[in-house]
Amino acid sequence: MNLIKQAHQFSQRALPVRDPNFGKPLDTSHGPILYVEGVTVSFDGFKALNNLNLYVDDGELRCIIGPNGAGKTTMMDVITGKTRPDEGSVYFGQQIDLLGLSEHQIARGGIGRKFQKPTIFEHLSVYENLELATSADKRVWFTLTRSLSGEQKDRIGSVVEQIGLKPELYRPAGLLSHGQKQWLEIGMLLMQSPRVLLVDEPVAGMTGEETERTAELLTSLAGKHSVIVVEHDMAFVRSIARQVTVLHQGSVLAEGTMDQVQNNPKVIEVYLGE
Amino acid sequence: MLTQRLLLSDRGGMIVLGLIVLMAIVVPVCNLLVPSDSAFHVSTYTVTLLGKFLCFALLALSVDLIWGYAGILSLGHGAFFALGGYAMGMYLMRQIGDRGEYGHPVLPDFMVFLNWDSLPWYWQGFDMFWFAALMVLLVPGLLALVFGWLAFRSRVTGVYFAIITQALTYALMLAFFRNEMGFGGNNGLTDFKDILGFSITAKGTRISLFVASALMLILGYLACRYIVTSRMGRVIVSIRDAESRTRFCGYKVESYKLWLFVFSSMLAGIAGALYVPQVGIINPGEFSPLNSIEFVVWVAAGGRGTLFGAIVGAFSVNYAKTLFTTWSPESWLFVLGALFVIVTLILPQGLVGLFDKLKREKKTESDNSEESTESKEAL
Ligand SMILES: Nc1ncnc2c1ncn2[C@@H]1O[C@H](COP(=O)(O)OP(=O)(O)OP(=O)(O)O)[C@@H](O)[C@H]1O
Ligand SMILES: [Mg+2]
Repeated sequence: MNLIKQAHQFSQRALPVRDPNFGKPLDTSHGPILYVEGVTVSFDGFKALNNLNLYVDDGELRCIIGPNGAGKTTMMDVITGKTRPDEGSVYFGQQIDLLGLSEHQIARGGIGRKFQKPTIFEHLSVYENLELATSADKRVWFTLTRSLSGEQKDRIGSVVEQIGLKPELYRPAGLLSHGQKQWLEIGMLLMQSPRVLLVDEPVAGMTGEETERTAELLTSLAGKHSVIVVEHDMAFVRSIARQVTVLHQGSVLAEGTMDQVQNNPKVIEVYLGE
Repeated sequence: MLTQRLLLSDRGGMIVLGLIVLMAIVVPVCNLLVPSDSAFHVSTYTVTLLGKFLCFALLALSVDLIWGYAGILSLGHGAFFALGGYAMGMYLMRQIGDRGEYGHPVLPDFMVFLNWDSLPWYWQGFDMFWFAALMVLLVPGLLALVFGWLAFRSRVTGVYFAIITQALTYALMLAFFRNEMGFGGNNGLTDFKDILGFSITAKGTRISLFVASALMLILGYLACRYIVTSRMGRVIVSIRDAESRTRFCGYKVESYKLWLFVFSSMLAGIAGALYVPQVGIINPGEFSPLNSIEFVVWVAAGGRGTLFGAIVGAFSVNYAKTLFTTWSPESWLFVLGALFVIVTLILPQGLVGLFDKLKREKKTESDNSEESTESKEAL
């Protein structure tokens, strides 16, 4: 009987939170948290990214715009380890080389990603979706034998409030509206306490009101996290952006504030030429 | 708390487990205590038949765990089942001792027949029950570990995975057919005499094996429930529904698939080990690719991804099979094929889903009638 009790206590013990680094500290002393340098990706000879250079500062909110097929999603694929570039380097801070790491390592290390198409786990409840994304130990044995610590449960509580889904906490995620699904996915990113959030087209298909709330959410995240947002909706970009990068045919066409970018003749040509 | 998690929140499972417990009590009583001329007597033949079904149910459980929850379609679970069976068969062969046809003190008959003069190394130790029992777990587990590691690491999924598992069990079948392998060739292992010192044909042994199968099924069910209700279980379901998203959440998908696959293969091995002493034979036919497909049909028919549905499926399809094979043995394959088509087209949730649907319809009906009486009252 005692043994069972002990085993139970063991399984109730708090999960050890693993230090989210790669054996090296994250060094952002020069400003940028993400260094993308000279990256080229070709698919059967077609260059989706062509000598792309991009630097994102720690705590910055950066918007990336560009016509369809400019390579925005591919850039995210490269940073998160889904696609390996043919050339170039990607560094997280000054020391951590992301190109040698796999998807789950990069995700555990503090780079979270929201996909273009909302991908949440439809069969699980909002709570379970967030629980899954929590930054607890993610090795098989721990997920089998340990439940979450009180602290981690509190974190779920605060994130669900942040994304405004508290009333939906125990509903299956598949029943949420389109906009709510997008927020849930952002919430799942937040559960991982990432340093960098990559957000691909967060307001596509949202109503005006939902778009506004998303803008508030994303701007509130900047500062604590670095946020990179890819979006087509210019009004939305204008409402949140401080720095905008325009991608075109796989490389950077222009960079600056929204006004600077919109008055740039090269950018006008690309968008009018469409 | 744990009982809440494993049992109370799972009504269908409680009902099915309750029936199994009931069966494990009633059947032995009706076999041993009720006189054989009574209408309530259960023949030893029926006991063995039900014992076989219990093993099949455990096997179906292992298939449902991997297919229903992780979405990994294994059409090679017959291999793990048969390997567990062979490990048990080897123990039973060694128990024969010098009572074989040729009377050799150590060598099984088929080895004497092949003019072998000593036991091959891989037959050592199988005279001890604990060693054989360990091998029942380790051999299927190791095969699953190596095979799964190779397959999941190179991200083989879906149909491709199903095909290579078929190839695996087919290759093993061909290997076990060969006399030189030392597993009795196409005759397999049979003519068993004792298990743990008890005669294998004795009534009491039959009943013990039957009860042991029921207990293992219950234990296996609870173990599977423990897995699927843990956080690991939710990770597994997420892998099934959105594999790449799960990776970006920081989970090493391969490890989850691998350990679940290994656990499932061990369950299948246990099922095989309990099956062999009850049917009295294990031969390479158990590796047949068709068998493994049949297991999947059981699970689909019962209801995938519910665990207890797998048990329901294994019992009902095998009961139907017993009826059909006495009536017209050749037709069974067609029936099985038809069953698969019907289930996929009409009953995607299996029998369990059908019950649910009927229950819900009845409920809405009664709700409607309540509503209409209410509205009448309002008038
Ligand atoms: N796996 C792939 N194989 C071949 N071509 C690809 C692949 N992935 C992307 N591409 C091509 O690379 C180019 C850049 O694609 P990407 O998805 O990065 O564009 P995008 O800027 O995100 O566009 P959108 O605004 O439509 O989302 C496109 O022309 C696309 O067809
Ligand atoms: Mg895109």
